[in-house]
Amino acid sequence: MNYVTIINNQSISLNDIPEIQYFEFFELNLGLVQDAVQRHCVNYFGFPFDKRVKLFCCIADDSTHQIYVSSTIVTAQESLLSFSAKNFGFEKFEREIHENYGLKYKDHPWLKPVRYPKNRFDQSKTMANYPFFSIDSEELHEVAVGPIHAGIIEPGHFRFICNGEQILHLEIQLGYQHRGIEQQFLNKQKLLQRATLAESIAGDTVVGHTTAFSHIWESLVDFNLTRDIAYSRTIALELERIAIHTGDLSAVCTDIAYQLGSSVFGRLRTPIVNFMQEWGGNRLSKGLIRPERNQFPFTPELAARLTEILNIYEPDFLEMNEQMFNLPSVLSRFERTGVVSHEDVLSIGTVGMAARMSGLKRDIRQSHPYLLYSEIDHKPIVKNHGDVYSRVQIRKEEVKQSMKYIRTMLNNIPHINENSIDLKTPKPNSFAISLVEGWRGEICHCAITDEKGKLSHYKIKDPSFHNWLALAIAVRNNEISDFPICNKSFNLSYAGHDL
Amino acid sequence: MFNNLKIIYHQGKQFIPDVTTAQVPGIFRGRPIISTEKVDENELKDICPMDAISINPIRLDMGRCTFCGECARQFPRKIRFTKEYKISSNERERLVVQEGEDKPIEMNTQSRRKEIRSLFSQSLKLRQVSAGGDNSCEWELSASNNVQFDLSRFGIEFVASPRHSDGILVTGPINENMAKPLRIAYDAIPEPKLFILCGVDAISGGIFANSEVLERSVLNDIKIDLYIPGNPSHPLTIINGLVDFTRKK
Repeated sequence: MNYVTIINNQSISLNDIPEIQYFEFFELNLGLVQDAVQRHCVNYFGFPFDKRVKLFCCIADDSTHQIYVSSTIVTAQESLLSFSAKNFGFEKFEREIHENYGLKYKDHPWLKPVRYPKNRFDQSKTMANYPFFSIDSEELHEVAVGPIHAGIIEPGHFRFICNGEQILHLEIQLGYQHRGIEQQFLNKQKLLQRATLAESIAGDTVVGHTTAFSHIWESLVDFNLTRDIAYSRTIALELERIAIHTGDLSAVCTDIAYQLGSSVFGRLRTPIVNFMQEWGGNRLSKGLIRPERNQFPFTPELAARLTEILNIYEPDFLEMNEQMFNLPSVLSRFERTGVVSHEDVLSIGTVGMAARMSGLKRDIRQSHPYLLYSEIDHKPIVKNHGDVYSRVQIRKEEVKQSMKYIRTMLNNIPHINENSIDLKTPKPNSFAISLVEGWRGEICHCAITDEKGKLSHYKIKDPSFHNWLALAIAVRNNEISDFPICNKSFNLSYAGHDL
Repeated sequence: MFNNLKIIYHQGKQFIPDVTTAQVPGIFRGRPIISTEKVDENELKDICPMDAISINPIRLDMGRCTFCGECARQFPRKIRFTKEYKISSNERERLVVQEGEDKPIEMNTQSRRKEIRSLFSQSLKLRQVSAGGDNSCEWELSASNNVQFDLSRFGIEFVASPRHSDGILVTGPINENMAKPLRIAYDAIPEPKLFILCGVDAISGGIFANSEVLERSVLNDIKIDLYIPGNPSHPLTIINGLVDFTRKK
């Protein structure tokens, strides 16, 4: 076998991952995803050692619930065949490897900088000299937006090529939020510091990323997850989904100047985040999830309170949706705006909502279940038009679905284990992977430990890493005035991408 | 039309009538109080993931604290977090709480520039810049503008262009890749202008404090007018901070 088969949240010895020649590695991984909708690359990264780079490729198989991991060793002197020339789903991963370690690709179609990390291989590449795609024509003009945008939002640069009001092409330059978070995971030695870092990967996906980190850690120290911890995390993940989806519905309404929807959805987010504060003391759930610990046990009193909150929330949420989805002036802005076809999402390899909007069923809750999701029997919500309407509909329906899951779970609160904290060091020379479906989509963390059990590599992949390209494709042939609503309907993370 | 009215009616009264005295629900970790009880000081110092606790005497720096509550959890008789959310100040030193002290965090109107109250107490337009922020403070700033917290009742608004603004509010630890855009935005604001740091990342670098990717030298020649602690800062902390700073006599 030239790869090893593992499952979500499993850790294995580094020696168990076959190390094969680059060409074999190339053929193997491309072969795995070739004409196989159920398989896609969840993480592909380099690990520097001994002046060479070891590449790890993780292909997840949604039908068998397995992950296939293989590795190879290359040097910056070789000129490699690029995966991206055959399958565009690897495009960002190869750009990242090239940017970090200087690996050369013969035939990569779009080998541009990703995020300008401090210790990038080629220091001559700077944010100021990013090689934007341009078209030479007297008919066209360029519009440059950012890095600072007109609102309370993170920074990124958008370069449009327009024909009149119509967008022909959009290129997105990111990296402005880069703060070296992966390196900090190695620098900080205390578990609590690392958990705090995980909470800072993307402040809107605190539960998602901290859960992924906790699962990695727990798998490396062989901690048996107790039912009460799994229960708390599942509830928290679904509440985070409800809170952010509601906030996003408000933001989408703001961008189409629908004041009533904007105000009502905006205020409906408050009871949910306030509940997070009642539970863990922070509206964005910071401090709630901790590895090996049930920091804030979910008590019957909290369950009663949450039931009460959802009972008040639900009719107002449904009523507002009913009104919004029947309003012609709203629908005319949503329908057929910002379309990404099924072929395109397949080719880009989007994940989460950005896949499910266009008939691509990718949802880790179903395909690689963790926590209590195998009991929930989750059925992903899939739409087929790939437009703003589909993305907004997914949010509406996922909020309803999450409420249903939470209500079912509230009937059966597990007994709280008085867990004694027994901090073990991680297993030496190991590799661990964790996949979590955050509200945006698939989060993947990978960790590698050295011979003493210290973290020697930590790799984070936010779903936005896959999905930014889908936004660039979505706006083509749309009016430039529709860009805000397209952008908001994806609501991708800058911080999670830039790390 | 009738449906719209029905929806408006169903919302009831959402706004918080007085955001200066409102109670926060459930547990909230606001201004800490450190008792004079004897504890193993080094152990206490060591549990803080942020190096926010210093010893001799024991002090907790809210400009470094993420309010995770770990210290209060392990030393419940030594450190207690109150529900007090008015924790902003215009002086960095005032964010440091010392053992045995129990007094509210306040603005120092003496050290505040004279023109601030006369110019900005009725109308304040700010430009927000995220410099490596994780989007949590950004969510809370947006929440400050929702119908419940309604920051705009005080004439305080966030605007699109630095040219239209009276100052900058920074979130995030100020990383290398955003240092220059931040400086350009600041320079584009007409004088007199404010510079506000919001959230632990902005105030001290937060968990990234020692990261070589930060580029905080931009702060060297800028007068920092206001520090708003929290991770992220609670909307009530943000609102009261801005209001007290511009209006307190």
